[in-house]
Amino acid sequence: MSVFDGLKFRRVSSPVHDLDPRVKFFFVCVLFVVAVMFMQLLPLILLFFVPIPLVVVAGVKREWIRSLKGASMLAFFIFFFNFIFNYIYNEYPRIPSASLIEYSVAMTLRFVVMVETFSVFFLTTSPDLLGLALEQSRVPYEFCFAFTTAVRFVPVLAEEAQTIMDAQKSRGLELERGNFLKRIRNYIPILIPLIVSAIRRSLELAEAMESRAWGATKKRTNLYVLKLRRTDYALAFISILMLVFAVMVWRFIPIPALNTLLSFS
Amino acid sequence: MIEVKDVYFSYPNGVEALKGVSITIRNGDFVAVMGQNGAGKTTLVKHFNGLLKPKKGEVLVDGVSTRDVSVANLARKVGFVFQNPDHQLFCETVEDEVAFALKNFGYARNVISRRVNWALNLLGLTQYRKTSPFMLSGGERKRVALASVLAWNPKIVILDEPTIGQDYQQKEKLRQFITQLRAQKKTVVIVTHDMEFVAECNPRVVLMTEGKIMADGRAEKILTDYELVTKASLVPPQVTQIFMKLSDLGLPSDVIDVHEARKILLDLLVGS
Amino acid sequence: MALIETKNLTFTYPGGTKPAVEDVTISIEKGDFVVLTGPSGCGKTTLCRCFNGLIPHFYGGKLEGDITVADLCVAKCSIHELASHVGMVFQNPENQLFALSVEKDVAFGLENFGVSREEMRRRVDWALKMTGIEELQERAPHELSGGQQQRVAIACVLAMQPEVMVFDEPTSFLDPLGAQRIFEVIHDLNKKLGLTVILVEHRLDLASRYANHVIVMDEGKIVLDGEPRQVFNSEKARLIGVGIPKATRLCQILGENGVRLSKVPINSEEASQLLREMLTHDRS
Repeated sequence: MSVFDGLKFRRVSSPVHDLDPRVKFFFVCVLFVVAVMFMQLLPLILLFFVPIPLVVVAGVKREWIRSLKGASMLAFFIFFFNFIFNYIYNEYPRIPSASLIEYSVAMTLRFVVMVETFSVFFLTTSPDLLGLALEQSRVPYEFCFAFTTAVRFVPVLAEEAQTIMDAQKSRGLELERGNFLKRIRNYIPILIPLIVSAIRRSLELAEAMESRAWGATKKRTNLYVLKLRRTDYALAFISILMLVFAVMVWRFIPIPALNTLLSFS
Repeated sequence: MIEVKDVYFSYPNGVEALKGVSITIRNGDFVAVMGQNGAGKTTLVKHFNGLLKPKKGEVLVDGVSTRDVSVANLARKVGFVFQNPDHQLFCETVEDEVAFALKNFGYARNVISRRVNWALNLLGLTQYRKTSPFMLSGGERKRVALASVLAWNPKIVILDEPTIGQDYQQKEKLRQFITQLRAQKKTVVIVTHDMEFVAECNPRVVLMTEGKIMADGRAEKILTDYELVTKASLVPPQVTQIFMKLSDLGLPSDVIDVHEARKILLDLLVGS
Repeated sequence: MALIETKNLTFTYPGGTKPAVEDVTISIEKGDFVVLTGPSGCGKTTLCRCFNGLIPHFYGGKLEGDITVADLCVAKCSIHELASHVGMVFQNPENQLFALSVEKDVAFGLENFGVSREEMRRRVDWALKMTGIEELQERAPHELSGGQQQRVAIACVLAMQPEVMVFDEPTSFLDPLGAQRIFEVIHDLNKKLGLTVILVEHRLDLASRYANHVIVMDEGKIVLDGEPRQVFNSEKARLIGVGIPKATRLCQILGENGVRLSKVPINSEEASQLLREMLTHDRS
């Protein structure tokens, strides 16, 4: 199941991986805010290139490109609908103007920037560090625990789903045949055992949790602690700088449209 | 008949699970595939019903390569009972569960009904006919899974680790059940690492380790070969251990059954 | 004063028609290595759940009679209070590990208790050493074999430093070598640390050599309770269908033919020793 491969985090070390997740998250938020601030294409193109050095340093080029490919379908729809509705509303029946095309591309790029930034975040943050960051950010422990436990069991459930499919195929279940509706129905013998098994597993987990003093005190301690280091402060500083710069530009500097720059009109 | 010809198999994560395995299982054979966890036993038997296809080499079931047929098709001849019955159970009643495969195979309604009755009766589940399988105990669910596989009367029956979590009496019943299957001239393959259980069944033993077959022969020859058994990370049956320690007193070393042990000892003690 | 004592303990699950354990009166001393066995459904798992408070606090139901563990009345104490005295290791190794690294899992119980980081670090390292899995410290649970996972589960419980450790069929999913290693770890904990051990098992041939106390249950009731040799050799054990060690069985069937060994063996070393005596004596 390749879709689960992305969640099977491998223990990699790079300057980006070792950054505090909270700082990385702040960086992502800044990029989001900046992306929303601008409707013009030029700044968005610039923004698109900002996370790329992080991708290269972290060594996650392949997975990052894969996530972009995954978003390409949705990106196309965003472009298409932006273009079509604005055309029909504003410019029909004339020839579509360059600024309309540029606007649609800009909106699509905004979406892509959001996807790429989020992707970098998840590709370079191990789930346990993320869980730790959540804990230290005072998110209630129950949620942090639910998150890390869910991630921990993803490969287990994936394997179990495979076993269940094998078991039912061995009883003559054909998963490849039949029309669309029949195929969906054929997945019931897979889903039900999977769900029942997940419920049984939850019960066993709950027993183990209780037996190891779950809920003994409100003041839970932690084996690990996240400490901010120089690189974290550097990234935080850069993020703030970016934000301030972007606000200044947005407020005071009019941004030319790319098409006028290239004199398309 | 199952013929495995020099089969190599690797999982998608790169682990090479079978490294050149060849074996022939004739009709009516009773084989125990043994070895420690990770030796390749389950990987091998999953080739018998086409769940896994060899990377190199061939697997023939009654002369037909498993690459040429779908799993559902092979399943008509090869019944596979998985280790955990909860991976199969999903129907509202035990009856429906047992009928599931029969429906998949396209049997007529009256045939299905007849076969279901037969299978339920065989495994003592008739009183649970209309019960939800999820309401039954662990042992009963195992029997439902078994019934659902036997319902279509496959020629070959594969049991994957059937003794895990079973108490002594349940294992006894299983042993008797296997004897019944053999009386019906079925080919039975069990995957297990339970030495005592195998010692009581006395089948043909195929010993695997690290993706290869280390030994293939009668149980009393293989389970009593201390070197072989240790290399496969298993422990000889207790009776064998006792006799090994007394080998210097002239006791035979290929004893696995407790009743045979008694006979030999009595002969030595009283007969002389 | 016994470490665990029950008196006429009876428990019925919510919605149950008959009690899962009935009129159970047992006494377990400090340092005991108890093997608890019996046919499937006899109530051994239910009884174990009573030791650490899962019954009645997690499962509900009706609990009658008395049960005291380490001078605490189970019915009145919460599960987490009992957790520092009674640790429990379950059958499926996979479903006891929640964290993404071994040492975080081992620290889980201590984190719940609010133990300081330095103390936690000490105890985690100690527990990993005691179970022989120091090199697995930073591995993810999914990468481990069943045997390794089960040793992690033992370390998780050990780190909380309980007086009693209960093991509910811990080797069900393991091969004979993996099972042997687990028994050796448990034996070490009993011998070196003086931990009281309660081991629920079917594989008596492997487990019985370590026990000094065997309890057999059937249909919710205690049927046999005593020294391993007595219990395994009794007629009742055979009638219930307990899988006694083959060494003991061999001795029994020899006895049926008039050949009596001087002691009842419970493992292959004892059996071969006794048979050797008998055979060489016979020849002289």
